[in-house]
Amino acid sequence: MNLMMLLEMAAGGFGERVAIGPRDGGLTYQRLYDLAGTASRRFRDAGVEHVAMADVSSEALPIALFGAAWADLPFVPLNYRLTDEELAALAGRIAPAITVLDPDAPGRLDGVDGTGPIDRHDLLAVLADGDAMGKAPEPDWDMDGEDAAILLFTSGTTGEPKAAVLRHRHLVSYVLGSVEFMGAGEEEAALVSVPPYHVAGMAAILSNLYAGRRVVQLPTFDAAAWVDMVRCEAVTSAMVVPTMLTRIVEYLDAEGPDGSGLPTLRSLSYGGGKMPRPTIEQALEMLPHTAFVNAYGLTETSSTVALLGPEDHRKALASDDPGVRARLGSAGRPLPTIEVSIRDGDGNEVAVGEPGEVWVRGEQVSGEYRGLAPRLTGDGWFPTHDGGWLDSDGFLHVTGRIDDVIVKGGQNISPSEIEEVLVAREDVADAAAIGLPDRQWGERIVAAVVPAPGAAPTAEDLQDAVRSLLRSNRTPDHVEFVDALPYSDTGKLLRRVLRADLAHLGDGSTT
Amino acid sequence: MVDLKPGARFTSNACASEVIVVKGTGQADLRCGGVPMSPAGGESVDGELSPDASDGTQMGKRYVDDEDTVEILCTKPGEGSLALGDALLGLKEAKPLPASD
Repeated sequence: MNLMMLLEMAAGGFGERVAIGPRDGGLTYQRLYDLAGTASRRFRDAGVEHVAMADVSSEALPIALFGAAWADLPFVPLNYRLTDEELAALAGRIAPAITVLDPDAPGRLDGVDGTGPIDRHDLLAVLADGDAMGKAPEPDWDMDGEDAAILLFTSGTTGEPKAAVLRHRHLVSYVLGSVEFMGAGEEEAALVSVPPYHVAGMAAILSNLYAGRRVVQLPTFDAAAWVDMVRCEAVTSAMVVPTMLTRIVEYLDAEGPDGSGLPTLRSLSYGGGKMPRPTIEQALEMLPHTAFVNAYGLTETSSTVALLGPEDHRKALASDDPGVRARLGSAGRPLPTIEVSIRDGDGNEVAVGEPGEVWVRGEQVSGEYRGLAPRLTGDGWFPTHDGGWLDSDGFLHVTGRIDDVIVKGGQNISPSEIEEVLVAREDVADAAAIGLPDRQWGERIVAAVVPAPGAAPTAEDLQDAVRSLLRSNRTPDHVEFVDALPYSDTGKLLRRVLRADLAHLGDGSTT
Repeated sequence: MVDLKPGARFTSNACASEVIVVKGTGQADLRCGGVPMSPAGGESVDGELSPDASDGTQMGKRYVDDEDTVEILCTKPGEGSLALGDALLGLKEAKPLPASD
């Protein structure tokens, strides 16, 4: 198994289709295959151990990804938003490497040993020259499947970032199990706006290319540019993180009824964080012809492991049954190739409806970090550290990281239930609940709330709202009004930053 | 008999089919079009397509045995049907999933 096998099939099956870029003038599958071959020779000749990239999305991304696979070297997309110092530290950990850099900042790794920086434009020029000299080399990639295909550095909450290892067999299993070869029509195009260093950015390239869907890239997300690109490139599907969808909905809303909507967009998938219920409800109403898909997955699981499909969305939205309606906030059902089990703290499976830790098992699940003991259990289960529960129809409800659970007076309280009540209010734009040290209760609940524009809710209003809908121990002990909540650039709420910012609201005891 | 392991490639001796093993280990009598398949790049033999194994292979489709011990991915289509010995492999029907990436 090798990622190159997927591209070889695509080039053999529909080599003349455009793989990446505009319909006119984009890279065809055959050309992508040839360039990957040329790149593989360059990577091998360099005598490096990794091919890294600290750059925004471009056609160089799939070329380097597949070129690295052909050369049997792991591909390492690095977060180009890191400071020079942070970037140098990560690049140093994978030396000797070739590191493709953004032409706007080509000197970022100057003087850092073994990182082999090369400007993206230079790389593409060299490959075009090399490719002109002859046909692609013979397929000689390793088919064993055990080699690392992609390393993704996770933004650890403490200490050094860990490098998640995705082997060829994990990623190939994921694609074969979830994507139909050439399942896309020739007119289909997918817009990718998540960055390469996010697992969804990698999965987007692999899945769409195997389906035969043209990939259009938006290097830096901006709602206006995203909407513009959907319209100009007649985009038929896209994947976004929650913060992106929130901004897209606001943008379309501001265009008003005279806006031209997104008529070509057949499918919109979202994931990578908790989607605010008001955002998804508004999006469903605004885009009645678009099929919505919620994808739940982790870096360590090679992307998606559970899906809430289009039918489930519309059914939930239309239902009066609160249980069915609640599915709008669920991750849907596991993929056919994935098993999900909810476990208690001792690793025993809990009853349907009971909360616990989400465990997953399947061939795409890696659960492995470079240099650390595997997180998989002996029988192949991966404890995700996400809390969640399964409903009676098998829908998976994910409640957030277990580490984020607030423990007040011995009771476990999931921040998400409090947050859902708050963000559903008209006078609240965004909200987060965290636990801060409290001598009497262990932790106290602090809600950080961003008021909606022009609204001025009081702390009492919000506490009453939570008290009226949830058990009384869920009521925030304190409500702090803030201008904005801290998010990562891929839309994850940074709770540790929030906890640090609001540390003065605890009483200084340690929990 | 050929040696099956994930990633191993085989070519048909009765038609244009080429396949990759997704799942399966050990010795097996992998056939296409009724004729034993050869490891890719290895020696090929002239075989004749058997009418009993001529439903064809489809690009990108996966084929499995009844016991689910082997899974074979077609990477180049042809006229022959895949089989272990005389037992034809069946098409692995997968319900299409909505695009999530």
